[in-house]
Amino acid sequence: MATGIKDKVAILGMGCSRFGERWDMSAEDLMVEAFKECIADAGIDRKEIQAAWMSTCMDAVGVGKSALALALTLRLPQIPVTRMENLCASGSEAFRGAVYAVASGACDFALAMGVEKLKDTGYGGLPVREDGPLAPMWWANNTAPGAFAQLASAYRQKFQVGKDDLKRAMAQISAKSHDNGAKNPKAHLQKAVAVDTILNAPIVAEPLGLFDCCGVSDGAACAIVTTPEIAKSLGKSDLVVVKALQLALTDGTEAAHNSWDGSYFKTTRAAAKRAYDEAGVDDPREDLSMVEVHDCFSITELLTMEDLFLSQEGEAIKDVMDGFYNADGGLPCQIDGGLKCFGHPIGASGIRMVYEAYLQLLGRAGARQLDDPRLALTHNLGGQPHKNVCSVTIVGRPE
Amino acid sequence: MAEGIRDKVAIVGMGCTHFGERWEVGAEELMVEAFNECIADAGLARDQIDAAWFSNCMEEIGVGKSAMPVGQTLRLPQIPISRVENYCASGSEAFRGAVYGVASGACDIALAIGVEKLKDTGYGGLPGLDIGTMPPLWWANLSAPGSFAQLASAYRQKFQIGKDELKRAMGMISARSHLNGTKNPKAHLRKAVDLETILKSPMIAEPLGLFDCCGVSDGAACAIVTTPEIAKSLGKSPLVTVKAMQLALSDGSEAGHNSWDGSYFKTTRVASQRAYDEAGITNPREEVGMVEVHDCFSITELVTLEDLQLSPEGGVVKDIMDGFYDADGKIPSQIDGGLKCFGHPIGASGLRMIYEVYLQLLERADERQLDDPRIGVTHNLGGFPHQNVCSITVLGRGD
Amino acid sequence: MIGITSCGGYIPRLRLNRKAVAAANAWFLPALAGQAKGERAMCNWDEDSITMAVEAARDCLNGSDRGELDALYMASTTMPFADRQNSGVVATALNLADGISTMDVTSSQRAGTTALLAGLNAVKGGAANKVLVAAAEKRKTRAASVQEMQFGDGAAAVTVGNKKVIAEFKGSHSVTVDFVDHYRDSEHGFDYTWEERWIRDEGYQKIVPKAVKGLFEATGTGPDDIDHFVISSVYGAVPRSVAKAVGIDQEKLRDTLAAVCGETGTAHPLVMLVHALQDAKAGEKILVVGFGQGCDALLFETTKAVEKLNGISGVSGSLARRKEENNYMKFLTFNGLIEVEKGIRAESNPQTALTTLYRNRKMLEGLVGGICTECKTPQFPKADICVNPDCGATDTQEDYEFAERIAKVNSWSADWLVYTIDPPGHYGMVEFPDGGRFMADFTDYDVGDVDVGMRMRMVFRVKGHDSTRGITRYFWKAAPAAPATEG
Repeated sequence: MATGIKDKVAILGMGCSRFGERWDMSAEDLMVEAFKECIADAGIDRKEIQAAWMSTCMDAVGVGKSALALALTLRLPQIPVTRMENLCASGSEAFRGAVYAVASGACDFALAMGVEKLKDTGYGGLPVREDGPLAPMWWANNTAPGAFAQLASAYRQKFQVGKDDLKRAMAQISAKSHDNGAKNPKAHLQKAVAVDTILNAPIVAEPLGLFDCCGVSDGAACAIVTTPEIAKSLGKSDLVVVKALQLALTDGTEAAHNSWDGSYFKTTRAAAKRAYDEAGVDDPREDLSMVEVHDCFSITELLTMEDLFLSQEGEAIKDVMDGFYNADGGLPCQIDGGLKCFGHPIGASGIRMVYEAYLQLLGRAGARQLDDPRLALTHNLGGQPHKNVCSVTIVGRPE
Repeated sequence: MAEGIRDKVAIVGMGCTHFGERWEVGAEELMVEAFNECIADAGLARDQIDAAWFSNCMEEIGVGKSAMPVGQTLRLPQIPISRVENYCASGSEAFRGAVYGVASGACDIALAIGVEKLKDTGYGGLPGLDIGTMPPLWWANLSAPGSFAQLASAYRQKFQIGKDELKRAMGMISARSHLNGTKNPKAHLRKAVDLETILKSPMIAEPLGLFDCCGVSDGAACAIVTTPEIAKSLGKSPLVTVKAMQLALSDGSEAGHNSWDGSYFKTTRVASQRAYDEAGITNPREEVGMVEVHDCFSITELVTLEDLQLSPEGGVVKDIMDGFYDADGKIPSQIDGGLKCFGHPIGASGLRMIYEVYLQLLERADERQLDDPRIGVTHNLGGFPHQNVCSITVLGRGD
Repeated sequence: MIGITSCGGYIPRLRLNRKAVAAANAWFLPALAGQAKGERAMCNWDEDSITMAVEAARDCLNGSDRGELDALYMASTTMPFADRQNSGVVATALNLADGISTMDVTSSQRAGTTALLAGLNAVKGGAANKVLVAAAEKRKTRAASVQEMQFGDGAAAVTVGNKKVIAEFKGSHSVTVDFVDHYRDSEHGFDYTWEERWIRDEGYQKIVPKAVKGLFEATGTGPDDIDHFVISSVYGAVPRSVAKAVGIDQEKLRDTLAAVCGETGTAHPLVMLVHALQDAKAGEKILVVGFGQGCDALLFETTKAVEKLNGISGVSGSLARRKEENNYMKFLTFNGLIEVEKGIRAESNPQTALTTLYRNRKMLEGLVGGICTECKTPQFPKADICVNPDCGATDTQEDYEFAERIAKVNSWSADWLVYTIDPPGHYGMVEFPDGGRFMADFTDYDVGDVDVGMRMRMVFRVKGHDSTRGITRYFWKAAPAAPATEG
């Protein structure tokens, strides 16, 4: 009977590049930047890595197909290197690949590297991607902001929330992330922004304004994982271990069956529940010390608080306005600035989230340090509300 | 100390579509076709699958990004489904993901499914691949045939083999695959072709002629894996278990360092030795009962049989001409027709190879049945001789 | 002393047989048979004015210290870019330092001589010590035109400076007259030309002598002093009648290279000048004129050093490396005058990421790789981690130039599947004996002659042209090198 992977795998080292418009850096350079920090943190030699997982989503405007870019750049000694892709959840998938490999006994040291180079397209915003020959023939001519924006109208309808109340809560979310980002030297955006500025910003996709949307960044992040025994034998006394790794994908009902009302993420709820079971978390609102969620848009973060069972259904706005998710609140959310301010190099984001959790748990988060965090959750989502893939990861201290 | 995954995972069901120019179906229908056979073979219900791994290489002309197409098509109930991609080795990677998922204890029953729909481009031959922003600025204007063809000039130079002699050996390889294909009702090409026709066929990329190159096919294949305990509890006997799964990627030395002479695959040698070690095979030429190699081109198969240590260096031409690799030879190669005749829907091929080994080990290969093969090796390669990813899988019976 | 210090030339290898052209067009214009003598130089599909300028410049700079250059001027009326500095691309391909000054000179058939004058005056005025001046032209003509027969593609380059002068600059005189013998505006690709006799009688005959007389006055010389008269024209009688008009002996007229090359537009005065330098003796005076809406006249006097032009191929060397081309259809296709069915595979048209191009411009345009300072292994491309499997050192690489090194073919294929306008596409792994290798496109080969072990030199060529977005991409390819005396 499968027992899950709780406490089977420890993080030995992590690294993260600066995120931003890294004009002078190629994807390869970014991988090296993240890797240098990671391998130094891990304290092993590059040649000891036995398998690697690489996450990159927009290969056409970046490094092309396969995982060769990672193998060639780091000159990994002809070890297995596997490319994972699950849209914006790719980073968590690379981490999951490395974790399962160690947990399965296939190898002792595994590397997970996420990288994305989005700024070689010549235009702003998320690059266009090819969805195969059928999709363009019938899919609505949409963008990510427009798809996620629809959560707002559905949520308002369901809970009879006024337009301004919702807009204000969304703005508070972004303002909070900007405050947090200002304390993060690796973040793409490091400036605080006032709620009024956010409220008055131009509309991107009704009702999302400019500051409700995360930007487009280059960056890389990576982790080296191993067994807790090996980590201890290498002198690591303060371990960060994986408590749960869950993923849930749409089965098509949101897009085609009238049972979904458009105001929440089915997959997030399924993945979160499984993750709490796997990690042994009974009361997430109390047990978790911090969360990093996929704040591609402020509305996503808002609803996700309910989908992760951190706020009661219909209560997320109250919690947000009460400051419950602020840096000094009951459950800090996006303490590193999130996708919004740290940035969103797609393939790297899932691992960047774990990076902040890792630093916090080890007391290495500098100006952002929370007070004795013990359990952290990351939520990494790819796709759109009506069809998506959701990854939930929980890391903490060994039992 | 990582002990590998030998005998930790068993295959309980497999499915494979008819490969070919499947004009009347899309990728979705192909997945369903393979899956239906697989789930029936396993004797399970769809909702018993805990997690899935999905292989699709050219998503931009197929199903688009992420693993969502699997969830949506097969209506898997919001389980984790991960997309893996490593060029033509993607199919083996999906299998590996499922195997590690079970071996790690993360799940009990895992699905690996690979699909490729290549015939929606409007032109013949392999579609162009996304290679990112940098390669188009400097890579040679190459194609797969032209890259692999260069193995021939290098091999001939190294072993001082005449042009005609090598061409003949390559021709024999293709002729034998065609003969094997006639016994396979699911193969794309099912006609025998004689050596003279092959030798006289139009040149594609010197010295590869038309019949030295595998074609372009649509298809899907899948496998369901679980622990040997669960497999036994489902009444499966004998068990087909995974003895080894190894992968090796180029580190850049073939393309950038003068130590590689161009006549063999560095990665295949490394991965196969690791696989033999993991599986406990000390004398491959004696112990391996059958082999499915990545015969994208006849010359690839030729050098690979040496790289797999089945023929001595410089000795493969003799073995081929002696019929060592024929259906009634000592180590039948491509008994199901191989990429050449069964076909090469990229994301499915690695799984299709495993499918034939599975059938053979369970004595279900009908007309193609070999006499008690015991150990089957699959070799699945993506990329080019000077830059590639090689996957080796060893299967046997779980006794 | 100020003057020319070195010279180089580049005439493309392919020589289109004029008889073949006339025969193909005879149904339409039988009179072309009158021009059907000899051959004209023709660019390969992957050559243009920039690539030819690079070749001529490499030849000219052969063996010298490129760090001495202060400026690079390029002259052409067929610049690939209207707004992206073409001389800048040439400078990057030559791997010159960024502290130099560059200038594109264009819009007239005398742009070549004007650019040369500008270089000389820059040195004379003390603004520069050494300037490279390159002129190149890839002609565009309609099928069955007289110009198609008369024009040729080619390039030449000279360095001008104040050290080791091979031909001293004695002086010049220019006249500017808006005499429009032909024109080509920015929208249309082809020349619009007036009547030959008018061009001869009202143009050359009246304008060139004005410039030459002014030159004689400025330099205190006369027609009898001239040993070589460089004057080009597609009209065969023009050099003779102009020589007569200015009093220069017909014997002193330089061969216009019509029979072996054709007229290379604004590059031609420099092409003929380099050709002259290659067989001039010391102490000879060379008069060069460039004609185009006026006339530049320049006077040079060779020094002893002109007899020791070592190592350059120049125009005569280039002319000797010829490959006869009898396929007129190929010429038309290469020049986009005929549309062949390219097939769907050719639709693949990736965007040229300018950010990626910029980050990697030394690698892509200059063929600069790296050498590991730990294990001394050259490698292409330069990387963070050494490619040597026995080394793997991090952050140890310095720049290493590959362009002037000879490589060998390690493996190759001739590919009928890949889309190329000149099938089958040839490419293979080329290896540099001191270290370094990469998979390279081949060019300028004879089908059937390529094999393992062949010596190759690296050449700067068009990688592809994106006509949807209007950009030409350049990179280096491997071309068969002459036997071991080269490199």
